[in-house]
Amino acid sequence: MKDMNEGYVTADGRQIGGVIMEMKNITLRFGGVVAIKDISFDIREGEIRAIIGPNGAGKSSMLNVISGFYIPTEGEVFYKGIKRGPMKPYQVARLGIARTFQNIALFDGMSVLDNIMTGRLTHMKKGLMSQAGWWWTGAAAEEHENREKVEKIIDFLEIQNIRKTPVGRLPYGLKKRVELARALAAEPKILLLDEPMAGMNVEEKEDMSRFILDVNDEFGTTIVLIEHDMGVVMDLSDRVVVMDYGKKIGDGTPDEVRSNQDVIDAYLGVAHD
Amino acid sequence: MADAVAKGQESAQSIPALLARNVARYGGYPAYREKEFGIWQSWSWAEAAEEIRAMALGFLSLGVERGDYIAIIGRNRPMHYWSMVAAQMCGAIPVPLYQDAAADEMAYVMEHCGARFVVCGDQEQVDKIVEIEDRIHAITHVTYTDKRGMRKYDHSRMNALEDVQAEGRAGHSRYEAELDKRIAELTYDSTCVMLYTSGTTGKPKGVVLSNRNIIETAKASSEFDHLNHNDEVLAYLPMAWVGDFIFSIGQAYWSGFTVNCPESPETMMIDLREIGPTYFFAPPRVFENQLTSVMIRMEDAGKLKKKLFDHYMKVAREVGPDILDGKPVSFGKRMSYALGNFFVYGPLKNTLGFSRIRVGYTAGEAIGPEIFSFYRSLGINLKQLYGQTEASVFITQQPDGEVRADTVGVPSPGVEVKIADNGEVFYRSPGTFVEYYKNAESTASTKDPEGWVATGDAGFFEEDTGHLRIIDRAKDVGKMADGRLFAPKYVENKLKFYPSILEAVVFGAGKDRCTAFINIDLTAVGNWAERNNISYASYQELAGHPRVYEMIREHVEEVNESIAEDPMLSGCQVHRFLILHKELDADDGEMTRTRKVRRNVIAEKFNDLIEALYDGRDEIYTETEVTYEDGRKGSIKATLKIADAKVVAPKQMAEAAE
Repeated sequence: MKDMNEGYVTADGRQIGGVIMEMKNITLRFGGVVAIKDISFDIREGEIRAIIGPNGAGKSSMLNVISGFYIPTEGEVFYKGIKRGPMKPYQVARLGIARTFQNIALFDGMSVLDNIMTGRLTHMKKGLMSQAGWWWTGAAAEEHENREKVEKIIDFLEIQNIRKTPVGRLPYGLKKRVELARALAAEPKILLLDEPMAGMNVEEKEDMSRFILDVNDEFGTTIVLIEHDMGVVMDLSDRVVVMDYGKKIGDGTPDEVRSNQDVIDAYLGVAHD
Repeated sequence: MADAVAKGQESAQSIPALLARNVARYGGYPAYREKEFGIWQSWSWAEAAEEIRAMALGFLSLGVERGDYIAIIGRNRPMHYWSMVAAQMCGAIPVPLYQDAAADEMAYVMEHCGARFVVCGDQEQVDKIVEIEDRIHAITHVTYTDKRGMRKYDHSRMNALEDVQAEGRAGHSRYEAELDKRIAELTYDSTCVMLYTSGTTGKPKGVVLSNRNIIETAKASSEFDHLNHNDEVLAYLPMAWVGDFIFSIGQAYWSGFTVNCPESPETMMIDLREIGPTYFFAPPRVFENQLTSVMIRMEDAGKLKKKLFDHYMKVAREVGPDILDGKPVSFGKRMSYALGNFFVYGPLKNTLGFSRIRVGYTAGEAIGPEIFSFYRSLGINLKQLYGQTEASVFITQQPDGEVRADTVGVPSPGVEVKIADNGEVFYRSPGTFVEYYKNAESTASTKDPEGWVATGDAGFFEEDTGHLRIIDRAKDVGKMADGRLFAPKYVENKLKFYPSILEAVVFGAGKDRCTAFINIDLTAVGNWAERNNISYASYQELAGHPRVYEMIREHVEEVNESIAEDPMLSGCQVHRFLILHKELDADDGEMTRTRKVRRNVIAEKFNDLIEALYDGRDEIYTETEVTYEDGRKGSIKATLKIADAKVVAPKQMAEAAE
C-alpha cells in the first residue's frame, strides 16, 4: 500500500501525501570511518517519520544529511523530485527545512521572544538601510507582521508566561520548547527534531509529544525525528527507520518494526552460544 | 446619582437588562479586556453587547429552551462570561464548573443539573465531556472556545463558539423576535445562575441564585466601596466560584467597570502588573505567595538594597496602617513614610501590580496578621470579608478605617446577623439563596422559614467594636477527652502563618491531647535549604530532613506558647507532630477545589499515621495512594518520623501552682 506514490491514510484518519524527500543509497564516510552505509528511504508529505537506533548508529549523521549540512560521500538526495546539490544553510532554510538540536542551540542572553524572532529571518526582506529608516521604509510594518506570526506560535506552544524571560534562565524542558518554537517560526515544510525529548521527565515528554502531534495536525508539517524513548516513538510516528552501525535494519510502521527480528536483536542483543 | 440608582432598580431586573443599561450609559467605555497574542484586546460595552447578543441568537439556533442548564467549563475569558449572559438572555441557566475537576467529579454535577448544552474552554475540557457523555445522556450539544486540536472530533453535535455566534448573526432576522421576547420575560425572581458548592463534606450542592440575589448584593456592595465605571478588576479566580460571579458579572454590570482576563493562568502575575487593578480580590494564599517571593528575593538582594528595605519596612510597619486609617501621625513620621514610599513602597507596589489599588479584599481563609499588616503598611487598602455561596458572598465586611487582621468586619449593608446559643453564626439578607437545586431536604435544614441561614461557622461579636470574629467551623469545634474546647482551625491557622508551613491538620477531638500533620511549603523550605547548604533530591526527602523537623518543631512550640495565652483554648497545644511525605491535594480528595482540608477524608486515609501519633512510636512506615492529574493512580512509600513538641502550662494554672 505504501509503495504507491499517492500516499496513504493513517490509522487515526490523517491523509499522508506523496514522497517529499527521498534518500537513495546514501553512504557517508569521515576518512576511514563509515557513518552511514548505503541507506535508502523516503519521507512522505505530512507524516511523522522516526529514525531510531542504538547509540552511534548514525542517526544524527543521517539527520545532517537530510538537512543538507553533510554532503553524502555516495548516493543522492531528492527533494520534491529534484536532485539536491551542495547547499548553504540559508538555502536549506529557504527550501523550508528547519531543525532543532540535540544540545540546545539558543542565544542564552536573549529573551524567548527574540530567540523565536530569529527564526523569522528568512521571511524578512528589509536590509540594514531600510531597517534604519524604520517607519518610512516599511521595516516597522514587516516587524509587526513577523511578530504576529511569532505570537501565534507562542500561544500555540503555551509559553506566554516566559515571553520576556532570557533563555539562559529557563529550565531545560522549556528551552527545548523554545527551540521548537524557533524552528516553527520559519514556517517549515519539513521539521527535523534531534532527540526532542532527551533528558525530560514523563510530564515534559507528554507535553512535547502533544505539541509534536499538534504541529503535524495543525500546520501539516512533515516531521522527521530522532528519539531514544521507544514508547514515544511507537506512539507518535507513522513510519520508523531503524539503524544500527550505519546500516538500515528495518523500515515500516511501528508494529512492523516492533516484530522485526533484526531490530529485536539490535536492541536486546543476540545470545552467544 | 440617587435617581439614576432608582431608575436602574426599576428597569434593570436581570443581568441582560443591566447590560442594555450599560450600553446606553457607558457604551464607549471598555467592558472587557483580554490579553491575547501579547496584546490587550478590548471590547466596549456596546461591542460586548453585540457579541453576547450574537451568541444568544446562536444558542437559539442550537435549540436552547427556557429553563435549560448550560454548563460552562473554562478559564476566565470574555467568551465564557458572555456565554453566561447569553444563556440568561435565552431564559436558560448558566452553571459554571471548576475547570480542574476530573471527569468523574464533573459527571456528578452534569447529571444532577441535567445540562443539555456545554461550553468548553478547550480540547482538554471537551475530552472530559466526551468521556462522560456515554453515562450522561442529557448532553445534546457541545461548544468550545479554543479551536486548537479540535479538527479530528465528531462535529455532528459540536461547534466552535465563534461559529455559533456567526450562525446567530446570520440568522438574526429569524431569531430576533424570539430572543427579545425571552429577555423581556426575565424578572427579579428568575434564576440568575446556579453554582455548585465545593462541598467539604459530601456531594456538591447546586445553589440557585436569583437576579434579586445577585443584583441587590452587587448594588449594596458596590456602594459600600464606592465602585464606579472607572474601576478595573483582574478576573483570574475560578469562574465556578461565587466570588468571581459577583465581582466579574454582578458588580461589573452594576457599576460598569472593566473586567480584565489574563493571557493564561501562568501569566497572571505579569498581567496583574500590566493592568494594575483598582479593585482586587484574592484568597490569602495569593498574598502569602507574593510576600514569600518578595522576601526570598530580598534575601538575595545586595547589602544596600536590603538595608534600605529593612529600614523603610520598619517605618511602614510603625505608621503605615495609621496613615491608611486616617489616624493622626506626626509630621516627621509622615516625611519618613513619604521617603520610604519613594524609595521602597512605590517600586514594590509597582512590581506586585498594586500601584493603583483602591480596595482589596481577602476571604475564604484566615490571613496571617503579619501578611495582612505587610500589605496595609505599604498603603494598600486590603480588607477582609466573610461570606459564602449561599449569601451571594457578602455577610460581613470591613469598612474603610476599621480594618484588623483578626476580625471579619461588620454586617454588610442589608444583611442581618445573629449568633445562636451554641456560637453558630446565622444571617438573613436579600442575597440569601433561593434553594439547593433538587434538594429540598438540605434547603430546609440550612434555611429556616424566616429566611435565616446557618453558616456552619462558630463566632462572636466583639463587644466594643461590633466586629464579628470567626473561630472555626461549628461542627469542627469539639471537646477533648477531659472536656476542654477543641478548635482545630484556630491552631492550624496559627501554624500556617509560618511561610514554611503550607498546610496543617490538627487532631484531638475526644483525645487527651492534640497532635498535628504538617505540610511544608516547598518554595519557602527549598529556598531555606539552599541557603543553609542542605541538599535534597525530592519533596519527600526534604520533608523528612532532621533540620527541617527542627525548624518546624520551633514553629510548633512558638504556636503552643501563643495558644497557652488564651485560657479557653489552651488545651489545643500540639504535643506531637509529623511532616507528611506528600502535599495534600484536591486530586486525591484530601482538599476541596478551593483548597480547604477535608478533615474526615484525611483522618480515614492516614489512619495509621494518626494512631502512631498517639501510641508513642517515633517513626512509622506507610504507603499512600496518589492520583495523578490525568486520573491514573500510583503509590508512594515512606518512613515518617514523629517528633515531640514542648507544651506550655496554661497561664492561670501556672499561677495557681505558684
